[in-house]
Amino acid sequence: MTATTQPTAAIEVERLVKRYPKGRTNAVDGVSFAVRRGETFGLLGPNGAGKTTTIGMLTTMVVPTSGRAIVAGVDVATDHIGVKQRIGVVPQRANVDRSLRVSEILTYHAAYHGVPRRDRMARAGELIEELGLEKRSKEKLDLFSGGLQQRVMVARALMHEPDVLFLDEPTNNLDPQSRLFLWHRIRALRDRGVTIVLSTHDMEEADRLCDRIAIMDHGRILALDTPEALKALVPGGTMLELRARAPEGITLAATPEDMPSTSPDDRVLAALKELPGVTRVDRQDGRPHDHRELQASGYRLYADGRDPGTLLASAAQAVIGEQAELLDLRLARPSLEDLFIHLTGSNLRS
Amino acid sequence: MTVSDLVAQRHELRPRSHAGAAWRAAVAIVSRDVLVTRREIASLLVQTLAQPLFFLFIFGKVLSSVGTTSPRFSVVLLPGIVAFTVFLAPLQALSIDLGRDLSFTREIDDRLLAPLPVTLVALEKVVLAAARGLLAGGFVFPLAYWVLGSSYQVRTDEIGVLIGMMALTSILGAAIGLVMGTIFPITHLSLIFSIVITPLIFTGCLYYPWGSLGVIRWFQVLTLFNPLTYASEGMRSAMVPVQNWTPESLAMAWVVLVLCASLVLSLASGLKFFRARVLS
Repeated sequence: MTATTQPTAAIEVERLVKRYPKGRTNAVDGVSFAVRRGETFGLLGPNGAGKTTTIGMLTTMVVPTSGRAIVAGVDVATDHIGVKQRIGVVPQRANVDRSLRVSEILTYHAAYHGVPRRDRMARAGELIEELGLEKRSKEKLDLFSGGLQQRVMVARALMHEPDVLFLDEPTNNLDPQSRLFLWHRIRALRDRGVTIVLSTHDMEEADRLCDRIAIMDHGRILALDTPEALKALVPGGTMLELRARAPEGITLAATPEDMPSTSPDDRVLAALKELPGVTRVDRQDGRPHDHRELQASGYRLYADGRDPGTLLASAAQAVIGEQAELLDLRLARPSLEDLFIHLTGSNLRS
Repeated sequence: MTVSDLVAQRHELRPRSHAGAAWRAAVAIVSRDVLVTRREIASLLVQTLAQPLFFLFIFGKVLSSVGTTSPRFSVVLLPGIVAFTVFLAPLQALSIDLGRDLSFTREIDDRLLAPLPVTLVALEKVVLAAARGLLAGGFVFPLAYWVLGSSYQVRTDEIGVLIGMMALTSILGAAIGLVMGTIFPITHLSLIFSIVITPLIFTGCLYYPWGSLGVIRWFQVLTLFNPLTYASEGMRSAMVPVQNWTPESLAMAWVVLVLCASLVLSLASGLKFFRARVLS
């Protein structure tokens, strides 16, 4: 019990391995990470990456093959009861007790965790209000939508004031409105200082909610950092998108047959490629937005990303230097998806 | 209030020892089950008592009235019906409930994540299923009194033995239910019932006293391999009035020994299978 009051990490994982009896490879293959107290930590990866197994080991439901995991100061291998007292779990699939009414699901959960009767009544009342379940607190869950069931599960997990809250793909299969609601709730919990471990295969979710993200694939952690730092790992960390229209007279005069070897578009392209820090320039077949833009070309610049401001200025300069008209210029940050493709060579959803 | 105050307060909520935490969790889980049972009591009784009711009516009342069986048959049938009820009700309830829960609803997860050993969650399920079976078994007596009328004859001087036999049989039924619910996928359960339960019931001396099987010796020996035989015979010696029927039966010591051994064996393997199923 004393360990939890020390300012240690909320979770420490060292070379954690899980191989299922019938598995041919390790489902989790030697992962190590630490989650700070109060942090929202994301496990991002495709299905089968080992996220749920990792959470299973941290919540005592999966027995590790080797390695060590300490949750809220308690070793998951030796003290299941100690860990279970300190964690709350919102699982991937709805598992609410259908024999009970919503308010009872909450109060019984608290009773399992030894919360005194008076406190559990008060707390259930608060959470029911907070999660917008007042009107349905006396109902059973049979007719509840996925989003409402999810809210009940979040409320349930919070009933015993856990030190660490685990959310396993919480917004999977939720409608957009419920997803936004849950994101809002998760951020509110973080603001309140609850340590959260969240698994997801949704980049936007990880990006928006997490302080740090571990990108997982095939049971391993490929990268672990803040969302911003992770995105900077994409080679050519800054992306610039611009649209420019070449001088009208020349392009109109040129027929396909006697097109000069360097068209105005090519010259713009060449000028952009020569800018300092630029590693790659792609031509984009951007659809013209109106007649005026018929002759416009789109370009995407990849640069080392040290100073996006200078790049913006020099790219504009280069376009104007070729007597082209600059129609649009904006910074495009590489997404986590770009990083994932860079790290694994495959799409996150595939 | 600072965060550290909150943390300190939060920790005061927790029972100091693991044993204390586990005890409070177990009590809360029992009270949850009691609440749910109370709400479902009517459907529970209808489910478990429909079969005994019709059995008693047809075999105890109708067949003896038309002269197919002797009136004394209902006296030896009733203990078998009680054994059938207290054995099968918990077996079916627990195996179907658990099979469904472990296969898809996962409603049990919240209890598995409560601060108590997971085997205690299974043990609680066994005890509660047995208690519900016992309750259903208790209702068989007024039902039999109503259906059989003057043919209802039960000795009352062995009531302690009777309650003990009923308790032992219902816990055994629940423990076998635990084994079946954990080792078979829910989709196979109804098939398993046909393969396992039907022979178990018909070779379990529920509808005939074991002593009367002397004329079919091989079958009499076969029934000895069925724990239900011991439950039925134990129930008979506690229920059938001495003046009515005193044929050769199984010694009470053997009855208790075999039932206890079956219980230990099925409970131990059921808990082991359960643990393996919920902790991967």
